[in-house]
Amino acid sequence: MTDVIKDIILVVAAIIVAPIIGGILNGLDRKISARMQNRYGPPILQPFYDVLKLFGKERIAVNQTQMVYVLGYLFFAVASLGMLVLKQDLLMIMFVLAFSNISLVMGAMSVRSPYSKIGAQREIIQMMAYEPVLLLMVVGVFMSTNSFMIKSVFDLDKPLLYSLPLIFIAFIYVLTIKLRKSPFDFSTSHHGHQELIKGLTTEFSGPQLAIIEMTHWYDLVLLLGLITLFFAKPIWVGILIALVCYFLEMVIDNISARVTWKWMLKYTWIIGIGLALTNIIWLYLKNRA
Amino acid sequence: MGIIDKARKKSPWIIHYDCTSCNGCDIETLACLTPLYDVERFGIINVGNPKHADVLVVTGSVNKRNVRVLKNLYNQMPDPKAVVAVGACACTGGIFSDCYNVYGGVNKVLPVDVYVPGCCPRPEAIIDGIVQAMDKLEGKARNMKHAASGKQPEAALQASTGNNNDGANT
Ligand code: SF4
Repeated sequence: MTDVIKDIILVVAAIIVAPIIGGILNGLDRKISARMQNRYGPPILQPFYDVLKLFGKERIAVNQTQMVYVLGYLFFAVASLGMLVLKQDLLMIMFVLAFSNISLVMGAMSVRSPYSKIGAQREIIQMMAYEPVLLLMVVGVFMSTNSFMIKSVFDLDKPLLYSLPLIFIAFIYVLTIKLRKSPFDFSTSHHGHQELIKGLTTEFSGPQLAIIEMTHWYDLVLLLGLITLFFAKPIWVGILIALVCYFLEMVIDNISARVTWKWMLKYTWIIGIGLALTNIIWLYLKNRA
Repeated sequence: MGIIDKARKKSPWIIHYDCTSCNGCDIETLACLTPLYDVERFGIINVGNPKHADVLVVTGSVNKRNVRVLKNLYNQMPDPKAVVAVGACACTGGIFSDCYNVYGGVNKVLPVDVYVPGCCPRPEAIIDGIVQAMDKLEGKARNMKHAASGKQPEAALQASTGNNNDGANT
């Protein structure tokens, strides 16, 4: 019984703390990016101002179902974060995360704006690119721990990285796509695009946009949490490495220009799947020996 | 003052629309985004999407062709919203005011909140204008709360569009 209560407290804490961490990380991202571009940059709390302001704006719904999709996006992202802190099934987390993304895509598809539709289509292509890599990552974790449960990653005596170095690199590659950062920011991005306005989020306004922003923060924390898994012991090393990876993402974001979706699909499949498969074959041979 | 009101002042998102500008004002408006002036330090972002924007920044005079687009952009913005007229042309019609197809300044069709004079205004003046518009938004947000109890959003939209301005000069 006490275990259940402990779990509930853990999940509630994660739900409250995650957007705060995500928002601050986002603010740091904007500040550091600005410094890299020789600008002064917004205050670190700027993402919170933006979201609070959006909550105070008029509600304009383009259609009645739009809000359902937005809430679905939030709900599934929170659910997968909850499963991560409870050290549940990794495979399930990936699927729930995909569900969350699909909700957003459906929301963007449900309106008539062509910008929103192109953004949604590009998002689907992005998912097509990174989902196989994520699944192969889960397979890799299974091969080194003999279980899909995250709990077993923590029970390992050696960090996961020693057995999955290539998969880790593939995951970092995929992270850029998941975070919608340059050079893979073609479905939407923080700043408006010339040809796509705001892509996916074009038709969401006010509170809906605020919820989408908050979901991005949950997503960010979840993804950094997944990086942490590779260095689960001790956990602070994992968190440190996750933050270093996030910094790396900012650098990549600032030094690269947007590529085309064909380029992304080709190279994510070649590099991402290639690295992950090599790693899995190596693990297989090692397990056999 | 609630926390949302405080946040509103720190996060003005703008959409910039070029009516019949000679491009002088546009260059100055875009100069605000450069590292030298860096408007993002005030939280100002050029979102380029009326559905996300708080402030409509208009350059150039209104003519018979673009009045429809201008009104459309304004109507798509969610309340509370403000309009900033940048440059002599947007304020009064400027050098183009005698043209056969020009109506005049933006205030002929939309309720302008802040006028930024000059041909063309300096980027500092434009930033100052946008920051002043944020102060005006506060009062508008309060009106919005009152209106929410009675009027339909559609009706409120119509009313605010038809309304004329009580703009202050920068
Ligand atoms: S105010 Fe001057 S610079 Fe600006 S659009 Fe008019 S003529 Fe051009």
